[in-house]
Amino acid sequence: MKFSIIVFPGSNCDHDAYHAAKHVLGHDAEFIWHKETGLKGADVVVLPGGFSHGDYLRTGAIARFSPVMAAVADFARGGGPTLGICNGFQILCEAGLLPGAMLRNRDLKFHCEHVWIRVDQTDTPFTALAKKGQVLRIPIAHGEGNYYAEPDVIEELESERRVIFRYCDARGEATDASNPNGAINGIAGICNAARNVVGLMPHPERACEPLLGSADGLVLFESVVSVLAAHGGAR
Amino acid sequence: MPIDREVLDRHGLTREEYDRIVRSLQREPTLTELGIFSVMWSEHCSYKSSRVHLRKLPTEGPRVLQGPGENAGAVDVGDGLAAVFKIESHNHPSFIEPYQGAATGVGGIIRDIFTMGARPIALMNSLRFGEMDGRDGARTRRIVEGVVAGIAGYGNSIGIPTVGGEIAFDNRYAANPLVNVFCLGIARADALVKGSASGIGNPVYYVGSKTGRDGIHGATMASAEFDEKSAEKRPAVQVGDPFMEKLLLEACLELMQTDALIGVQDMGAAGLTCSTCEMGSRGGAGIEIDVMHVPQRETGMTPYEIMLSESQERMLLVVKKGREAEVERIFEKWDLHAAHIGFVTSDALMRVKDHGRVVAEIPNSALVDAAPVYNRPTARPAYLDEVQKFDPSSLPPVAPQTALFALLGSPTIASKRWVYRQYDHMVRTNTIVLAGMGAGVVRLKGTARAIAMSVDGNGRYCYLDPRRGAMLAVAEAARNVACAGATPIGATNCLNFGNPERPEVMWQLVEAIEGIADACRALDVPITGGNVSLYNETNGEAIYPTPILGVVGVIDDAANVVSRTFKGEGDEIFLLGEGRGQLDGSEFLKVLHGAVKGRPPQIDLARERSLIALLTRLAAAGYVRSAHDCSDGGLAVTLAECSFESGSIGLEVDMPLHVGQAPNSMRLTATLFSESPSCVVISVQPKDVTAVVKLASDLGVPAHRIGRTGGTRIAVRVAGQDAIDCTVAEAERLWSTAIERHFEGRAA
Repeated sequence: MKFSIIVFPGSNCDHDAYHAAKHVLGHDAEFIWHKETGLKGADVVVLPGGFSHGDYLRTGAIARFSPVMAAVADFARGGGPTLGICNGFQILCEAGLLPGAMLRNRDLKFHCEHVWIRVDQTDTPFTALAKKGQVLRIPIAHGEGNYYAEPDVIEELESERRVIFRYCDARGEATDASNPNGAINGIAGICNAARNVVGLMPHPERACEPLLGSADGLVLFESVVSVLAAHGGAR
Repeated sequence: MPIDREVLDRHGLTREEYDRIVRSLQREPTLTELGIFSVMWSEHCSYKSSRVHLRKLPTEGPRVLQGPGENAGAVDVGDGLAAVFKIESHNHPSFIEPYQGAATGVGGIIRDIFTMGARPIALMNSLRFGEMDGRDGARTRRIVEGVVAGIAGYGNSIGIPTVGGEIAFDNRYAANPLVNVFCLGIARADALVKGSASGIGNPVYYVGSKTGRDGIHGATMASAEFDEKSAEKRPAVQVGDPFMEKLLLEACLELMQTDALIGVQDMGAAGLTCSTCEMGSRGGAGIEIDVMHVPQRETGMTPYEIMLSESQERMLLVVKKGREAEVERIFEKWDLHAAHIGFVTSDALMRVKDHGRVVAEIPNSALVDAAPVYNRPTARPAYLDEVQKFDPSSLPPVAPQTALFALLGSPTIASKRWVYRQYDHMVRTNTIVLAGMGAGVVRLKGTARAIAMSVDGNGRYCYLDPRRGAMLAVAEAARNVACAGATPIGATNCLNFGNPERPEVMWQLVEAIEGIADACRALDVPITGGNVSLYNETNGEAIYPTPILGVVGVIDDAANVVSRTFKGEGDEIFLLGEGRGQLDGSEFLKVLHGAVKGRPPQIDLARERSLIALLTRLAAAGYVRSAHDCSDGGLAVTLAECSFESGSIGLEVDMPLHVGQAPNSMRLTATLFSESPSCVVISVQPKDVTAVVKLASDLGVPAHRIGRTGGTRIAVRVAGQDAIDCTVAEAERLWSTAIERHFEGRAA
């Protein structure tokens, strides 16, 4: 199984995603520089966190123009499992592969802390092994993670069950107090209509080893591995 | 332009220093040359007031791979790896422009680390501000917000975790905050890169941001006192670009994988001037550059401005002749332009041309080695006799619980969550003790090991007794690292003091350096580098003398790392060490009685050394569930903090009375709030109690079994007498909200 991790200038969680895929899960992983045009035989594409191009403009706004994004779009539209984490989520939104955008956190401050998120849907390649309603303890680290979309888009996301992760408390209740950034409906992660492209603000790759305080993020990676294996393994 | 008194004043040079320049050049300098001398001979770059005393610091040891003199120090951490680290100040810029001042401080220290060939993996910081509700409270809050946001903005973007630090608030820093930033990186021990130029004819490259007029005379500014006009110096503060630095970091590390690189140095203080002459000087070579090749952000810049600019995110590299294309290709990959601005010469001169015309030609030795060194006069300050007089029996009584609550709610002691939550402290997935839980600890991927680090200092102690205060700072940093389970192996220091031309300040500096030297020797932590920040005065009022120590330690098995908080109910609580029952110089005295009095406790370094050895052995054996040292606020605060963020695990203890010099009426208070050195509270599972007692006894460390974890209350008795009984929840609420309250307009 091969994870291709896209590296934009300013990506800084690329090594973390690589470490999780390669050293924790024991799969093949390769960095793909943003100027490349191919994905080197990817089975899974990960757009990692960071500050692509410094994020001096809107987050992810420049990264979507990188040459590699055409290949990512092809891969995603062809049904390839694609995961955008934090800045990767923002880039997927800017690239039109996921709807919506991120506003600044409602208290205008960067937040780095463990939060709880609830898995609301399990029919995506990244949540297949999770239980519906399962509560995961995973860190966030962002200044602009306040998910926003027009009301009709939110309605569509909800009615099509495309809100995959929601901020919640330890018992799984999605309350305003458990929402760290003000995201509409406590949205922490969503998928596209075909359900193969998932973006989330929390960092599952930071929660793959008990030594780091949580291994709850593993389920995302293990899910995609198991789904691909069920479909006849790596291509 | 004639070089008169006014020109010299503007350059911060004395007439004697000017004469020295003329002697070393054997002619009058040009204005460009004068500018070059002024920054290289500034206090900031030349350490002219501190150098004779810095020699007293121990800098060698079996694990030291690189001592002072390079961009950063390095120690051997095993597995063929080196930890490269240093601490540096950015005090003056952070007062003038808090966000950019702090941000560029972070950028500067990161460059020092990757310049050595190390990938930076952790940041820490030590901050001092005025009181947030004191005189100038509004200004202080603005500075706090700006500095924290600046540190966050830079560190988060570049992707290096800020894993911890310390903050204290005191009005002595109201008009002169301290921003000391620490960075640690990991390199292959056999592949450390030096900042030296060699190989006649080798090309010299400039990479990074373009040069602008920002930061001209930053080093000179950092070498003078402040007054009302300091705001006019804002253009001397630079603007940071963490994205550019991220590109530089990745490109330089990629280049270092090849063998095309000879040496590299960042352009920090004194910019192109300092990097050019220091690289030449270290390599015993000369460097010739032509400023017309230097990428410029503005038009019409003079050679003087180009040489003195402190624009950020710039590097100077010497590479092997014939490998230019390879080098340029790596930088192009990262969208960086590497400009070929000169070459290495054999004449040991720093030669600067402008379109082929020589505008400066100075022997490196004149700039670096012949810089003035002052053995400035010292005098014991008169205030000491007055402040060291302290009679605890004069204090009005305060109920212990009232005192505890006041201390927990004081910003210096309270939780710093409001601060560190703004720092990405987890990126790179190495952080195994999260911010706020003790020393910063990062694991080393690919090995079983982890590195612990702590930055500590107490200006109030040093004001009362700089020698003792400095020793206590070394001991506390080493002890914090040991509490995490690590063996301390090296240190770096940042010496923040007032105007060294005042004999009283100079006396404080010398006492502190000697105290650091003694403590580092006794605890086996050589100083591998650091920074001196003088002239921390505004309108003639100096800060507290504030040496900050950064200590680095190694844990052989990352699985044995220990943090501050209790881990379960029914564990036995031990006090390791003996309390002093002494309130001198304590946070208690300051917060409850508004007094800064007495002499801080005398530390017994042999005892400290035994305690540190015990802590690391207990941790390696897996006996310690939590460890937290007695520090600001004393043992009562230490105990409460073991319960905080533990999931509300309470405690019930009965402590022996620590008699000290306190009169009978004060003994209970003194036991609870004495900031006794060499004391640590640990929790241990009942099955390990016998082994812990045995090991402590073997090492000669007193181990008092004082109680148990459990319940939801903090219940503390002293020699059977009730002292404190409150819920963890009510105490924790005070502690956890004290800082953010100030930013929500709800300050009491």
